[in-house]
Parts: sequence; structure tokens; C-alpha cells
Amino acid sequence: MNIAVCVKQVPDSAAKVVAEDDRVSWGDAPLVLNPWDEYAVEAALQLQEAAGGEVTAVSVGGESAKEALKTALAMGCTQAILVSDPALAAADSQAIAHVLCAAIQKIGGVEAACFGRQAIDGDMGVTGAQTAHLLGWLMLGLVSKIEFKDGKLQVERSFEEGIQIAECPLPAALSVSKDIGEPRYPSFMGIRKAARAEIPTWDLAALGIEAPASVVRWPRISNPPVREIKTEMIEGGSPQEIAEKLVERILEEKVL
Amino acid sequence: MNGKILVYIDQFKGEALPVSWEALGAAGMLGAPAGGSVSVLVLGAESRRVAEQAFQFGIQQAYYCDDATLDDYRPDPYAAVVTAAARAGAYDVLLFPTTVRGREQAALSAVELGGGVMPDVTALEVSDGRLVATRPVYAGKLLAEVVCDAAPVVITTRVRAFKKPSADPALKGEPVRVEAAVPEGDIRIKVTGYRQAEAGVSLTDANVVVAGGRGVANNPALSPPAGLDEKAAEIWRGEQGFKLIDELAAVLGAAVGASRAAVDAGYIPYEHQVGQTGKIVSPDLYIALGISGAIQHQAGMRSSKVIVAINKDPDAPIFKLARFGVVGDIYQIVPPLTEEFRKRLEK
Repeated sequence: MNIAVCVKQVPDSAAKVVAEDDRVSWGDAPLVLNPWDEYAVEAALQLQEAAGGEVTAVSVGGESAKEALKTALAMGCTQAILVSDPALAAADSQAIAHVLCAAIQKIGGVEAACFGRQAIDGDMGVTGAQTAHLLGWLMLGLVSKIEFKDGKLQVERSFEEGIQIAECPLPAALSVSKDIGEPRYPSFMGIRKAARAEIPTWDLAALGIEAPASVVRWPRISNPPVREIKTEMIEGGSPQEIAEKLVERILEEKVL
Repeated sequence: MNGKILVYIDQFKGEALPVSWEALGAAGMLGAPAGGSVSVLVLGAESRRVAEQAFQFGIQQAYYCDDATLDDYRPDPYAAVVTAAARAGAYDVLLFPTTVRGREQAALSAVELGGGVMPDVTALEVSDGRLVATRPVYAGKLLAEVVCDAAPVVITTRVRAFKKPSADPALKGEPVRVEAAVPEGDIRIKVTGYRQAEAGVSLTDANVVVAGGRGVANNPALSPPAGLDEKAAEIWRGEQGFKLIDELAAVLGAAVGASRAAVDAGYIPYEHQVGQTGKIVSPDLYIALGISGAIQHQAGMRSSKVIVAINKDPDAPIFKLARFGVVGDIYQIVPPLTEEFRKRLEK
């Protein structure tokens, strides 16, 4: 069974991002593999250990996204593919889903596709389900545990009220939550392999598709209004005195 | 826009998830000025009861489907009913609550119906006849205005971003049952079991959150039971620290949150994590205990109305967000704080 893991390159979570002229700027903060996608890679590798086959990491983005793919390779993915095309510069989630769908079909023999729960830049969290729908595959969102048994996937899915345990045949797409397990560290061999890897780039022509329509636009990105917070430090001679003062001040705020 | 809006009410066993009614509040804001209408759709076991409840919020129509194939949530049979209802009503806006099911159904219906999806929005306005949504991006470090050039516009509303509409129990109506669209034999996912989440106040819905960080493990007065290795002893210390947090949370009717550091150290399960790779919360009161306030943690709680921080490091970044701060050891201050709240709130 071949597995695809769809990943994105994003600014590091510690980056100081600001809006400048309606666009996003993250200064010289590093670009990294989306943290949620590390869990998707982990899930794909767990599946591979159970079911065999190859794991292909796929990313849509610019040339720099090869660095995120190299992280996925270093973690243990078999190969990586970058999909890059100037026509995708303003692609929305649905357009990206069309592209991933075409890429997964071109890889061939893929029966499971893993996604992170969302990318930490756009915070959309819809691309996995949309790609699954376009592939005509089952979608299993927010999977916290995965097993492969008798040709079927057995998963646990997190909902607000609890965990649902379900099984389904392949092919299927899944997005994974943090509970899937800590992403493995790149091994020494993995890092060497990734450093030497030639990552092929596919454009839309290579995928055999036209630029898919993008209907969602982001005309303006701004900094959130600055909150004027006057911090009042509470002091006192004893913990008891501090506690009394603090409770008094909190009650005055009328939030309880 | 024609102002015809369909709101998906997410429910479990006959209880709507609270953010569902908030989505209805967002719909009321948009539909009425445009001369439109607001309908709701509720799926699953006991959905009729929820559909009946919806009428008290002044909606025009409630649709439900309690077919046995929808007893357990499965994306495809749910999406088939949602998209059939959306097509039949020619709605130009579909609103979903930002829940696991709501976000998934929004994604699926947008791609099936050829619309566009804007998940997790915190504000909506109509400008020149066009819907403009505001969404926090980069974990709330930035705000994006988002527009959609195709119909239907599919939106999910963030928890606690919109007001639940006021209810009038005198308003009643007869819900309309719609048919399931996929027979059981064609549904490939089988649900084989279920595990209830641990009891307690839901973090994302909570009015008050009490959260602990790595600092909860620093009580020098405690000594771990003999025989624990270093790692186990640290986890034991962390768990003891969270007992303080639990007691304060119980008195305040609050949910318990945690920093990533506390979760990674094994003091408390991941479902309590607040921050960029955890849950985003926006309570009226957020009490941060022994949390330094890394930028990733701030992303998950900075929109809280009143933030209180207790930390022994006077330079902890959390104090910059706090309305009230105390420099001190939490294991000295939290027990009297809990007692004082108990006394004052009983009155």
C-alpha cells in the first residue's frame, strides 16, 4: 500500500508575524515543516510499518518548500515531490485540494493520504476533507490512533464529546491530531539521505490539469487592534493578604 | 446576496453544542437586513428535539433527519443530506459552528457545491452587498478579511465570537423531516465503539479558564513517594500541582487549561493544552498559574477578556497581557486564593 502525506511549509511558530501593507511578514524567521504535519508524517510512517509500501511526501509551494520536504524525508519518507506553478500563487484551499488530488493520482497506487489538522499560517483545516472528496475517498478527520488490520483501517477520532472508534476500507484520507504520538526525530541516516535527495518538481502541465479556480480571496490582512492593558501588580505582606486583594479586584471586573 | 441562510446545528444525543446557537446569532445578523430568511438543519439521533428548540430563536424553518444511518456521525452520509438540503433551498450562505463535525461538513459541502469555505470566522459584515468575513490567522497574531466569489459562501463561526440570539419560548414551529441520501449498504465507514470524554467544563466553551504551566511542579515542600525515577517523580510533582489548579477551577466553575510545557512534561493530557498547537480559548477570565507565556501560548488565550497571572519570575512575558499580576509562588498563593473565592462566591 502506498501512502501520501501532504505537507506545507510555514513560518516557525515562534516567528513574530506582522501585517505590512495588507500582507504578511515574518522577518527573518525560519520556514519550517508545519508542526501539525509532523504528526501526519508520523501517522504515515506508522501506517507504512503496519502495511508496507512507500510513503511519498507532497507539498504545494515555492522552491523553498523543498526544505520542508527534506524534513519529511529525514523523518523517514521514501520520496518527496514538490508541486510548484506560478498559476498557484493565490490558490485557495479548494484549488490546493484539486492540485493534491491530481498529484496523488499521478504518484500511483496511493491508498491512504495523511494530512495535519491544519497549517499554522492560514489555520484553515479543510484541505484534507476537500482532497478526500475530490478523490472520492473516505475522510477520517482528527484521528488520534490508527491501526491497519485485515486490509482495513481502524481509527479513533476525537470529537467534542468523546472518542469514536471506527473502521473503514481503503482508500481513505485522514487528518491526525497530536494524540497520534510524538513525531519521530530525523535519524542520522535520514538526514544524510535527505541532504542528497533530488526532489522532483511537478508543474500543472506535468499533472495534466489547468489551474483550478480559486474563489476565496484575502484582500486585507491586518494586525489585531492593540489592547491597552494596564497591568496592576498585586502585592501584600502575606499570601493571605495577596489572595484577598486579588479576589476583590477580580470580582470588581464582573467577569464571574 | 439573497439573504437565504442555512445554519447547521451540531448536536450530540439531542443536545446542541452551544456554538451552534451562536452560529444562528451570526445568521440573524446577516439574514434580516437583507430581507432573507434563516433555516436550520439538524442531523442524527434525537435531532427532531433540537430542531423544535431552534424555533424559539425566531427562525423561519427547521429541517431534521433522524434516519438510523445518521445515528453515528460519519462524514459522507451527513454530507449527502447537507448538500441535498443546500441545493433544495438555494441558500447563498451556509453557516456551521466551528466544531469537529461543523468544520468537516463545511469543507465537504463547499467543494461539492462549488462554493468557497471560510472557516473559524470571528466577525461578519455585509459591505456593498458582499459578505466580508474576518478570520484570525497565524493563531490570532493577525486578522484576515476574507471574501468569496462563488455561491454558496460557506462559513464556520468560532466559539464565543458571536452572541447566542435571545430565545422566546412562545415561538414554536413544526420541523420538517428530510430524507437520508445514502443507504446503509453504501456507507463504508462502520462505527464500532465509543469512549466518553472525561467529565468537566469544556475548555473552548468556558467562561472561566484556570491554566497551569511547568511552574506547578515547583513545590519544594512536597517529596515524591520513594521508588520513583527522576522522570516519574517530576510527573508526580506536576500532577500534585494540577490538584491546586483543579480545586480553584472547581470553585470557579472553570475549565482546566495547561501550557504546552506542562503537557509535554506529562503533567496533564493534551486535551487541556491551550495555545497554537492546542486549543484556542477566549473566556471572560483566564487565570495563568506558573505559565511564563511563550508566544505560542499567548496565541491560544490572548483574546481572553481579563487575564490574571501568578508567576515567580517578574520578567515572565505573561505579565504583559495580564490585567492583574502577582509575583510569587503559586503553591503559596493559590490555596488562600481558592479559599477566598469560595467564601466570597458563596455569599
